[in-house]
Amino acid sequence: METRGLAQIVMEHPFFVGLEEDFCDLVSGCARNVRFEDGAYLFRKGEPANEFFLVREGRVELQIAAPGVKPITFLTIGDNEVVGLSWLIPPYRWSIDAKAIGRVRAIGIDARCLRGKCEADHHLGYELMKRFMSVLIERLNAARLQALDVYGVPA
Amino acid sequence: MVYQPDGLDAVQRRAAATIPRIARIRRRRREGPQTWTLELETEDGELPQFAAGQFNMLTAFGIGEAAISVSGDPGSKGPLVHTVRAVGPVSTALATLQPGDSVGLRGPFGAGWPMKEAEQRDVVIVAGGLGLAPLRPAIYHLLANRRTYGKVVILCGSRSPGDILFRRELERWGRHIEIELEVTVDHAADDWRGHVGVVTTFIPRTDFDPANSIALVCGPELMMTFAVSALQDAGVSDEAIYISMERNMKCAVGLCGHCQFGTALLCRDGPVMAFNRVRHMLAIREI
Repeated sequence: METRGLAQIVMEHPFFVGLEEDFCDLVSGCARNVRFEDGAYLFRKGEPANEFFLVREGRVELQIAAPGVKPITFLTIGDNEVVGLSWLIPPYRWSIDAKAIGRVRAIGIDARCLRGKCEADHHLGYELMKRFMSVLIERLNAARLQALDVYGVPA
Repeated sequence: MVYQPDGLDAVQRRAAATIPRIARIRRRRREGPQTWTLELETEDGELPQFAAGQFNMLTAFGIGEAAISVSGDPGSKGPLVHTVRAVGPVSTALATLQPGDSVGLRGPFGAGWPMKEAEQRDVVIVAGGLGLAPLRPAIYHLLANRRTYGKVVILCGSRSPGDILFRRELERWGRHIEIELEVTVDHAADDWRGHVGVVTTFIPRTDFDPANSIALVCGPELMMTFAVSALQDAGVSDEAIYISMERNMKCAVGLCGHCQFGTALLCRDGPVMAFNRVRHMLAIREI
């Protein structure tokens, strides 16, 4: 019952819209419902990237932190977006922190489970890779614009 | 020669427009780091009418003159409002003027936002940094004539929370039930609870009818090119995307050629231009 409900949610999540039903079943077989309260970390830098998240409701901030320096938020992720890309590529380790702003409801996907299924079925792997690459490129372009500091004082 | 009722031909008219009037600073308000809003008034109390998106030439006496967009309400008979960021000698001198100080005033000049063409259509406003200042008159106009337009979406990007312009007004607009407003910053400390990310990434997530929309975009040129790409991807035609181009305006009446951009003189043909008129020129690095 739980799995069936999750399959429906996964299939209807904008990130997976259009994904074949069989693939959705494979993905939802690795899924669970999760909830984070305000200020809770979805993951932290250096930890193994063993689970990524489809946000259903709420906002997550992605931060870079260093000892002695206040964390800097460089991106917030909202409803219907995906949190966590490092699970896809070795060494499967988070390079940033992800923290809930307010309550966040999400679907957590067990990355080890899904990586195994992608290895076994490269069609599934390629479908997922295309979707994650699209997100990655959008964030890369945004990061370039941020790095250029276009609103800063002109030199 | 075309007859002019006041006895001046077109060139003489333009030459006359190069002579500044004297205005005084009535009030100044800090908007953020290096950024001030100045309210100007003239001694005779007569202020020029302007259209949203137009600019004036302001003179800091003894320093120089600069083109500054009008950031006030075009429907107001009150003082003339400009928002200035201190980045060069002239803008720094203007930004440090105090109430009672005099300033040279010429204008208004240029083509404004296409408020008439936008009627009955959704209006998507994309502002980056100080680009919100020239767009604020358009927002005032939309609010004053809300029933004349379709959906109104305002997407506003800033460098950091401390750099957000017109913060109180943004909060007020955000509470307006007939406006969709998203404010985002490029980076923030831990105490900011709003959006962080590039303003242009909000375009695909925004609900509007691309076939019946008009987009008004103002900000750094690089940000505008990203915004235009996102609007095109969303299905907005080039004819319906308007950007505000800034170049080195000098005479402001199309005589000196300092602001020439390809075949256009931006002080006269712009600063607001439909993207289909400038897209071929934006790709030419030399201009």
